[in-house]
Amino acid sequence: MSRAPDLRLGIDVGGTNTDAVVVGPAGELLAFAKVPTSMDVTGGIAAALTAVLGDPAVERARVSHAMLGTTHATNAILQRRGLARVAVLRIGSPATHAVRPLFGWPEDLRAAVSVGEAIVPGGIEFDGRDLVPFDGEATSRFLGSLPARPDGVAIVSVFAPVSARHEEAAAAVVARVLGEDMPASLSHEVGSIGLLERENATVLNVALAPLAREVAAALGSALRTHGLDAVAFFAQNDGTLMPLSQAVRMPVLTIGSGPANSLRGAAALTGLRDAIVIDVGGTSTDIGALTGGFPRESQAGIDIGGVRTNFPMPDIVSLALGGGTVIEGVGSRLRVGPESVGAEVTSCALVFGGTTLTLTDAAVAGGRMALGSPEAAAPHAEVLRAALAVADSRIEDGVDRMKTARGDRPVIAVGGGADLVPGDLPGASSVVRPSHAGVANAIGAAIAPVSGTVDRVETCPPGERPGIVARLCEEAIARAEAAGAAQGRAEVVEVEEIPLAYLTTPVSRFRVKAAGPMV
Amino acid sequence: MTPLDPDTLRLLAIGAGILGTGGGGDTSVGLLVALQAVQDHGPPRLLGLDDLPSDGLLLPAGGMGAPTVGIEKIENGAEGERLRDAVEREFGRPVVAVMASEIGGSNALTPIAWAARMRLPVVDADGMGRAFPEVQMVSMEVAGIPACPAFITDERGNLLVTRAVDGFWLERLHRQLTIELGGSAMTAEYVHTVEQAKTAAIAGSVSFAIAIGRAVDEAERDPVEALLGAVGGVRLLSGKVVDVERQTRRGFAFGAVTIDGLGPDRGRTLRVEVQNENLVASEGDRVVASVPDLITLADAQTAHAVATERVRYGQRVVALGFPCAPVWRTARGLALASPRAFGYDLDHVPVEELHR
Repeated sequence: MSRAPDLRLGIDVGGTNTDAVVVGPAGELLAFAKVPTSMDVTGGIAAALTAVLGDPAVERARVSHAMLGTTHATNAILQRRGLARVAVLRIGSPATHAVRPLFGWPEDLRAAVSVGEAIVPGGIEFDGRDLVPFDGEATSRFLGSLPARPDGVAIVSVFAPVSARHEEAAAAVVARVLGEDMPASLSHEVGSIGLLERENATVLNVALAPLAREVAAALGSALRTHGLDAVAFFAQNDGTLMPLSQAVRMPVLTIGSGPANSLRGAAALTGLRDAIVIDVGGTSTDIGALTGGFPRESQAGIDIGGVRTNFPMPDIVSLALGGGTVIEGVGSRLRVGPESVGAEVTSCALVFGGTTLTLTDAAVAGGRMALGSPEAAAPHAEVLRAALAVADSRIEDGVDRMKTARGDRPVIAVGGGADLVPGDLPGASSVVRPSHAGVANAIGAAIAPVSGTVDRVETCPPGERPGIVARLCEEAIARAEAAGAAQGRAEVVEVEEIPLAYLTTPVSRFRVKAAGPMV
Repeated sequence: MTPLDPDTLRLLAIGAGILGTGGGGDTSVGLLVALQAVQDHGPPRLLGLDDLPSDGLLLPAGGMGAPTVGIEKIENGAEGERLRDAVEREFGRPVVAVMASEIGGSNALTPIAWAARMRLPVVDADGMGRAFPEVQMVSMEVAGIPACPAFITDERGNLLVTRAVDGFWLERLHRQLTIELGGSAMTAEYVHTVEQAKTAAIAGSVSFAIAIGRAVDEAERDPVEALLGAVGGVRLLSGKVVDVERQTRRGFAFGAVTIDGLGPDRGRTLRVEVQNENLVASEGDRVVASVPDLITLADAQTAHAVATERVRYGQRVVALGFPCAPVWRTARGLALASPRAFGYDLDHVPVEELHR
């Protein structure tokens, strides 16, 4: 007698490995598997599913949700492969001509992506007025004169985060001229203030649509092959989920879900909501911060394949430090990295019979790891101790950079090299090492909540600010519920206000995010 | 002289950031505007005051408004031509070069784009030698050049000629007009001739900014040391940001940044008072640098400037102080831009005297 569907499947497609986990209703880990990532996404996903569903602890009929996180899209941009052809429509003339659409893009990427660009009259002022009225005729002429039919249209209006009305009017023109089935991406749904970066992100969003459909199809077919009747979600850059139907329209928001999943997985494995997370791999260590259970977002723009964007990504400090990091020289000439033997550590390191001094040897000699033959590292004890001290101080420094205030914070160590992190790390109130830390990414995807975000500039006359904030909070909650959060369970997790300087009227940019568990 | 080609502009942007003393606006959009104009029209030449006809007019280029508007509603590009035409009509003689009104921050890049489009040279001078928040805080005011007639325009083609009674009134009027025009506007104020500029403007500012950028960019070992050498500055403190206070009053960003010393500076604490720009640096009761001298926070590794709106806890920075242009230390200069002009009850003491 099987129970009601209540299990979640989490899949993380990384550059090296594809991880899959199944978690129970309380977030408990029931099964996990790690397989090499295949050249075609489908093969890797299918193999990981076969492995994890083969665990007798998993009743297939109980799997209700499947969550996927992948770096597939980033690689496509870097390799200029499988990208859609985009018509770029900017609404803002007579403003913004001083920097044309896609100015500064690598030429080959621009050639691969763009079928044409235009700046048509329209756009919004910071206080919500029309910059000038939207010109539907000019839009229609541009769309009708493209040298080839695009696969999609990117629509970007000046100050769309204040009002989307010109972007929506332009979308109606696109549907009329190019047909209802022509995909259009509106910048206010993609990014925040900063016209050029939001425009870049919107263009990439359209360009990635075919890949998103490919990955979605791969997931769907893998689920069907295994006879699973699960609702599918994609993990987003900010550590929350969006339904498959939405992810196919907003692929750029899923482009860097790895770090966020790792942070969320660390939160789930430990129950900590405010902590610093250290993810130690073979070659590098990523340090991020959990605030209220969510990854703290970066304030700076993110560069993808030579293109500046500004969508929300976790704030991460990356160190060239991992289990395979090579140690060279002695005394004042001691060098720790950045070279690494990576996954080869299991044959190259001294403790595994190799000839290279690595941080794994240092951790073994220092009593932090119990691996291989510790006696092989003993003759180098002094150098290894010094190297470990160097690694510790870099980790300490990285942890300190991620703090937003004075005082010690709990630290969660995850990843294959988690034991490299010292137990008495300065700046850490405690160092927690959860079990199954190696599949934190997939767990993060499996247990993530569904979110909704509002990012908008508002004029706040005296006395009206509380009402404005309350309205934005309601809207964020409605967006989370529309995306799949359980009715009445979503709550506001972040309210950020940035006053605009050099203006005498009080105007602020608000970012409000709500999130909640799925139905 | 140096053509202002794309590589040189990138160096200029780095130097303008350092001279921005925390304010002056993000240079990244300004750099893209300048790069596009140079790609389309060719690089303008950078000329000294002695290389220009002495009775010709200089067009002081400046953008006014909120940096947040500037990164969203980017300019049309033709604002400079419109202002030039209005200036020539009003003054009845030709504009021979474009000048930065403010070399600190994004306004350093604006004259490059205008000059490229008009095929005019850029003059190697500016009105501040740094960044300041208000219109009347320019060396031309110190020299007694009238602020008006002044000119303000937007991307639509709205153009206003302002005849304010003085620079203080011009500041108030242009600030309000800027809001009405959508939160950012382009201006030409304190229009003057090449001959007048020889005593009223700060000569050598553009090449100074480029030299700063080059020193930082080409430093092989220690960009911070290279920066200190380029600006003739004092390292006030190397450390990490441990506190950032922020509030907005009367449209300006007020606050303070606290930095705890690291390495050789461990045990010391520096507090930097901010009103858009960094104005006063002190250790305990002791002031170690004050406006109009320049106080800049630079990234401890890259030596690139850290703007006020981007300062945050944990950043590794070097606080440096360096001397302002001599004009700011005259009685009239101090009346406009001393600590007292910004509401602090203290007299300015030159940074090099404080660190003899």
